[in-house]
Amino acid sequence: MKKYVDDFKVIKNERLNHEYVVLTLQHPGKLPPMLPGQFVEVRVDNGPNTFLRRPISIHDIDEENNTMLLLVQEIGEGTQLMCALKEGDTCNMVYPLGNSFAMPDKPRVLLVGGGCGIAPLLFMGRRLKANGIEPQFLLGARTAEGLIALDAFKQLGTVHTTTEDGSVGTKGFVIHHPVMRTQTPDIDQIYTCGPEAMMKVVAKYAGNHNIKCQVSLENHMACGFGACLCCVAETLDGNKCTCTDGPVFDSTYLKW
Amino acid sequence: MVDLSIDLNGLDLKNPVMTASGTFGYGEEFMDFFDVSRLGGIMVKGTTLKHREGNPYPRMAETPQGMLNAVGLQNKGVHYFADTIYPRIKHYDTHLFVNVSGSTIEEYVETAEVVNALDHIPGIELNISCPNVKEGGMAFGTSCPSAVAVVEAVRKVYKKHLMVKLSPNVTNIAEIAKAVEDAGADSVSLINTLLGMAIDVKTRKPILSTITGGLSGPAVKPIAVRMVWQVAQVVNIPIVGMGGIMNANDAIEFMLAGASAIQVGTANFIDPAVTLKIIDGIEAYCKEHGFAKASDLVGAMQA
Repeated sequence: MKKYVDDFKVIKNERLNHEYVVLTLQHPGKLPPMLPGQFVEVRVDNGPNTFLRRPISIHDIDEENNTMLLLVQEIGEGTQLMCALKEGDTCNMVYPLGNSFAMPDKPRVLLVGGGCGIAPLLFMGRRLKANGIEPQFLLGARTAEGLIALDAFKQLGTVHTTTEDGSVGTKGFVIHHPVMRTQTPDIDQIYTCGPEAMMKVVAKYAGNHNIKCQVSLENHMACGFGACLCCVAETLDGNKCTCTDGPVFDSTYLKW
Repeated sequence: MVDLSIDLNGLDLKNPVMTASGTFGYGEEFMDFFDVSRLGGIMVKGTTLKHREGNPYPRMAETPQGMLNAVGLQNKGVHYFADTIYPRIKHYDTHLFVNVSGSTIEEYVETAEVVNALDHIPGIELNISCPNVKEGGMAFGTSCPSAVAVVEAVRKVYKKHLMVKLSPNVTNIAEIAKAVEDAGADSVSLINTLLGMAIDVKTRKPILSTITGGLSGPAVKPIAVRMVWQVAQVVNIPIVGMGGIMNANDAIEFMLAGASAIQVGTANFIDPAVTLKIIDGIEAYCKEHGFAKASDLVGAMQA
């Protein structure tokens, strides 16, 4: 899939809470093809301590209006600069990068996201729905405030939630939710993105029940397109670049 | 019309802009962004005799105006390169150099012999300066006797352009440069990364799995320019300068200090087409300042 470097225009910066922002970015022309699970590398080298681009999952795209949504969590200086972007600002991106979630063979699909890891699941959910599959989402956060973009997910399928403090949904982690407690799950395929500890337990659950599981990794990287070899994940075939061989891997392929 | 060509000790570069090893893959990774045949040269990823998995993750840390890396020469070995990668890239209309590394002199020699047989590879860049491997690498490049030993041994079997990449992690880089010139190098390239480290104060753990790594990016540029200038005082072979070059002005600075050509490294990660802008920028500078040839910039600092 051909990669590009372009200046997008920020047409909306919607602050969801103290931690999260959704940026709506307008492509200068026609958006090229992109797949769910892919990511962009955003240029943020205008800060005193920021130098490298920041890899960010594609949250959603609107092909009709040639816009892309990015869900950005303010973690460090780079993401702070992104969250401070204003309407009319430009945002330089290298895109689309990485492989993608593979479409399922069977229709019973669960998408499990934690924290900012929910970002690519919206785009995937939209693709699934367009293919006649209504997915279930299981979204986890520390508190009710961390459960974001729920309305967008609800338009695409059933949404289950967990919070660590029990303020909304099931109390605990995603693995404590009833959809993952049953011994006879009605799921054929899981897609998951979020903290590594969460993905590991989800992958283990999938393995125990012979459910196929694709995980999306968020390793630190410099380039995003296979040149620096910094973002490697340990796989059955040795070190593989998360940016080009991933970010999506079959959970059984990773040495977890 | 500015003549951008550079005579690198008999090797005719179409312009002074090359890409640094380990930052440009095999060129293929950049084909979507620009035509890599426009480059003066490409240093392909560090290559060793045998397959190397490299160091464990994490291998990278962002630092002010730079980054640390500890990749550790991950590559599939020179035979895989010759059999599988070389046939895919040999048609590039630019000079391809293989960056050759090893743990022992024998490994350097054997790897260089394999590359010597590849018709479309006019040179190697002998890496005696990688800070991220336990044996070999930088160990060879930090003393004159060991640098001379490896260069002399490779010189015996390698018949084409032999560029030697120098380590900045030394007391006197000019001394090493002179020694490798006398040992038969056709050119020297400098600087490789500076040994550095970073600690995550939240976890109180080192960020890199290897604790230390190689620092690159604009943070190292003044050191690199100084070293190029020092080496230019003592050697008669061409110098290929690098270290934090982000734009044409940076590249010109290295040339004024005495570099005949330059390599762009870390900047490729931030702007994958930056090298084209640098080529165009050097041409524009020459026009503006009345240089008919880019080679007239070499060592043209007015002291």
